[in-house]
Amino acid sequence: MKRGSALLVRALRDPLWAEGLSDDQWTSLITAARAESLLASLAHRLAIIPLPDKIRDLFEDARRDAERGRVQAVWEAEMTRRALAPLDVPVVLLKGTAYAAAGLSAGVGRSIGDLDILVPRSALRQVEAALLEAGWEAVKQDRYDDIYYRRWMHELPPLIHKERDRMVDVHHTILPLTARRRPDAAALVARSVSLDNGLNVLSPADMLVHSAAHLFADGDLAGGLRNLWDIDRLVRDFGGRRAFWSELAQRAKKHELAGPVRRSLRLAAELYGTPVDDLLAGQPALADPLFKRRLLARNGWGQATRPVVRLLFYIRSHWLRMPPMMLARHLWVKAQRRKSPA
Amino acid sequence: LRHALQLQIGPASFRLGSHWRGPIKAISRLYAGYPAPDQPCDFTVRLEADTMWRRWLRPSVAIGGDYMLPGAAPMALVHGLLAAEMGMNLQMALGQKHFLLLHASSVERDGRALVITGESGAGKSTLAALLGEKGWRLLGDEFALLHPESGQLHPFPRAISLKNGAITVLERIAPANRFGPVLDGTPKGRIRHLRPNPAAVAAMRETASPALILFPRFGAELASAIRPVGGAEAFVRLTQASTNYGNLGLRGFEALTKLVTTVPARAIDYADTNGALELVDELWGSL
Repeated sequence: MKRGSALLVRALRDPLWAEGLSDDQWTSLITAARAESLLASLAHRLAIIPLPDKIRDLFEDARRDAERGRVQAVWEAEMTRRALAPLDVPVVLLKGTAYAAAGLSAGVGRSIGDLDILVPRSALRQVEAALLEAGWEAVKQDRYDDIYYRRWMHELPPLIHKERDRMVDVHHTILPLTARRRPDAAALVARSVSLDNGLNVLSPADMLVHSAAHLFADGDLAGGLRNLWDIDRLVRDFGGRRAFWSELAQRAKKHELAGPVRRSLRLAAELYGTPVDDLLAGQPALADPLFKRRLLARNGWGQATRPVVRLLFYIRSHWLRMPPMMLARHLWVKAQRRKSPA
Repeated sequence: LRHALQLQIGPASFRLGSHWRGPIKAISRLYAGYPAPDQPCDFTVRLEADTMWRRWLRPSVAIGGDYMLPGAAPMALVHGLLAAEMGMNLQMALGQKHFLLLHASSVERDGRALVITGESGAGKSTLAALLGEKGWRLLGDEFALLHPESGQLHPFPRAISLKNGAITVLERIAPANRFGPVLDGTPKGRIRHLRPNPAAVAAMRETASPALILFPRFGAELASAIRPVGGAEAFVRLTQASTNYGNLGLRGFEALTKLVTTVPARAIDYADTNGALELVDELWGSL
């Protein structure tokens, strides 16, 4: 019997299958969905089948909650637009807020945390100054972190609005500058698409490339099922468009992210049954099963399982992020700080 | 998790799991006579060792579940019962989206409810526990669940968490078999749980209409006093007493507005519990 994340994936993939679940399986499914931040997505997906009363109420609450989150996220984007409007620089929304603002399936029921925006690197100083002027302030952090962010990261140190208490991450590219892969940030901005609210989102192909980069070229795959669900939804929205797949192949290569894009297509197809272009997705790679094991490492109690696999991906995330000598220095500084928190 | 239990409390159901037998046994004793959920559970609570060896070596309980507070300190295994209770509170405070949650105790008489709220130490739990032994039906001692659309209060009759002096007050009037173990040395001092009486447990699905909102203030030097509280003040104080007012958005605003414009609110000062009970009688009689 399926439990935890495997149960969640199966229910997302095949809503009709969930009709036969026992009470205990429902409880386990809800716990897994909460742990993976997919409760409202699941609630939308399973709206078509008959549900136990308790689950029907729970799903209704989750959908309503996500809708409130969506309105709040789009409002935060609008406030940012107002603050940056005088600068006349393109502001590109990324991830959750972009999906919501563009009305994409990936935005339906998606939990949205911080606001992520992309601006041209040349405008970074102006953008930061304008945000500080308009009521955002730096999240308290030490000098090392601040310098580290500015020198090596793909974003400014996070800013938080002092009244609305919402964070904004201002990106100038989509991967840390220390990563081996070097996406073409200028091309991302140049090809972005204007929404009628004065903000922009990435082009469909770039959006998918970014989502894949976020999942497989950065981080340790925590929350990976949600990110892979984004990919599934994006492919279903865009996959039927003329020239989408050739465009995707081209952009993935341009941004040095062909590998992560192909892997994301293979795993989305395997876990969610996503209709992908087989030619672009390519042959299964040796490591695919390991990625799958990491993505599904959660049991029916919502606990993280497979500690060794998790550790492996944790180490990988640092390996991807920076060259070995730099990593050593970074960990040294962090360790020193832990010893003497000053 | 090896040891598990499911619990229905009013409209909310919990699945509790634990690495150890102790906390589950204590919970099942404390909640003897409560129904098992007949539907999937709303929330999962985990009592787990935060590292592998903590399961056996100086065992300490980390509170986990669907909703968690990052950085919460683990508790001693002897306080496992308290950890389970805190775990359930946490799920409600962070995850409950069906009701407007007020940090308040509440009791019912003739279908009408008295809601008691205030800062900790104001005597919410003690007053509700006493009233619950004196002819009122206890709805809950920690959270009052207000249904936004109907305006009805839903009972949430968890075990009452009695602290320090309140323990002896209740030990004098409630039967011994409804008490949990004495928990000494918790972060809040001595704690002992009291199971609501069988009538309150049996009526856990029967809602009540709010009829009076009470803001008590306790102080040994205070003279007994009653003060009317305006709708605006009650509104603001209740938003502060709610854990999910903001999360409910417009629904929360409308529910609370309706509550404070249709239900009277009073503040009382009292120096001892008997004095408080007299004030409650007086106010309730004049409604």
